[in-house]
Amino acid sequence: MRKINPAYKKYVKLPNVKLPNVKQKAIKLSDKTIEKKELATIFFSELGEFFLFLFNTFKETFSREFEFKEFLRQCFQIGNRTLPLISVTGVVIGLVLTIQSRPVLAEFGAVSMLPGMVAVSIIREMGPVVTALICAGRIGSGMGAELGSMKVTEQIDAMEVSSTNPMRFLVVTRVLAATLMIPILVLYADALGILGSWAGANIKGDVPFVLFISQAFAAIGFDDLLPAVAKTIFFGAAIGLVGCYKGYTAGRGTESVGKAATSAVVLSSLFVILIDLIAVQITDML
Amino acid sequence: MTVGNETSGADPVMDREHILEIDHLAKAFGSLDVLNNLSLKLYNGENLVVLGKSGSGKSVLIKCIVRLLTPDQGTIKVFGENVNDLTDKGLEEMREKIGFLFQSGALYDSMTVKENLEFPLKRIKKGLSRKEIDAKVEEVLDNVGLGQTLNKMPSELSGGMRKRVSLARTIIVDPMIMLYDEPTTGLDPVTSDEISELINEVKAKYKTSSIIITHDIECAKQRPTASSCCKTGKSIWKGA
Repeated sequence: MRKINPAYKKYVKLPNVKLPNVKQKAIKLSDKTIEKKELATIFFSELGEFFLFLFNTFKETFSREFEFKEFLRQCFQIGNRTLPLISVTGVVIGLVLTIQSRPVLAEFGAVSMLPGMVAVSIIREMGPVVTALICAGRIGSGMGAELGSMKVTEQIDAMEVSSTNPMRFLVVTRVLAATLMIPILVLYADALGILGSWAGANIKGDVPFVLFISQAFAAIGFDDLLPAVAKTIFFGAAIGLVGCYKGYTAGRGTESVGKAATSAVVLSSLFVILIDLIAVQITDML
Repeated sequence: MTVGNETSGADPVMDREHILEIDHLAKAFGSLDVLNNLSLKLYNGENLVVLGKSGSGKSVLIKCIVRLLTPDQGTIKVFGENVNDLTDKGLEEMREKIGFLFQSGALYDSMTVKENLEFPLKRIKKGLSRKEIDAKVEEVLDNVGLGQTLNKMPSELSGGMRKRVSLARTIIVDPMIMLYDEPTTGLDPVTSDEISELINEVKAKYKTSSIIITHDIECAKQRPTASSCCKTGKSIWKGA
């Protein structure tokens, strides 16, 4: 570019425009593109790994040698680990729902509809989702941390060289136990929720237990109960699969155990919400 | 990495037939070549010491033998069968003949010492009665000098005791080949010596052939008769 003689500078007014550094922008753009490409590669490879894990779990589920003792042990572990938490949560859900709904229903003179309303909302949505989210936190993190630490301390390798299929022994048993136990825990939480609701109704009134229960059950049909139980089976499978996947594929360092536990909780909670969304849509269509 | 073949003088008649043969083995993790054209043979009744500094691929070598890792190139033949060509069933049968002592011991945290020992026994030696299982568990625990720890959890044991229990779990299924991954790592010199002695006793009693991976010269010295060396995953010296 030709330079302006300083003597003539005062006669020339150059526009105050900053020209973009095209080369630098191009480099920045290419860096971002590479970064996105790497992220996409990581995402798709993880997705592929998860589906492979899913396939292997299914394959081993239907193998001849089923680890029944370990399956029972896992069922007990899941029930034992979460029962106190689920009990408290179930009662509190029913109690809170009743205390909060009562004044609104009283305004419309519809307090008599309280047992039915609470029962339907607990059985259809509150019970399954809250219980599943608690299980995702308790069971998902437990599975992620347990399998992750087994991986780090070479216990999974030791199992493999002892002619034991770790997928069959560790993963299949845990996934099936979660799939079976979470619907049972949800039904238990539902029952305690209704009980809590009756206790809530009795704080500002005197409702006989039999009347409350009969009104609650009159409002519930099989079309409420069955889809709710069906989706909890998927919740259980998702929590078991994600927890085991994160633990089983943990890295070699101790840091990866924590990461596995955390990501198991986050991902399984997300799965629970997404499955619930799909289940609600399907139920709505039916 | 150093590879040493040692032949115990305690075996007067040693069959010189090789039971394990590694030929031009190569394994890389990304751009890092861990094993590079490594070849070695393990003869019947022999102890093979693999010496090398940390991170030189010693553990990778024995993990390739039991196919916990798959090599990129080369062949591994155990009892004449190529490990990489084995079916799942074949691999299971091959692993039943090999005992693997892990660096960390790898005891199952959720099981007692007794359950840890029973675990491989029930799966490999199927059809044993309760009495036979109990007798075998007691026998191997006595052999490693830990008869009193039967109902303890691994977390209640010291490092040396864990290694002993882990060794007992490995020998309980009467393996023909023993793979020791850093058997003395993390132990004090006295306990290291005890473990080394124990390895010699196991070899004499159970008539096993062994590959011992170590970077501990003292540990390797305890059982030397023949040796060979390699560096950065490549064999550079072999001898007695």
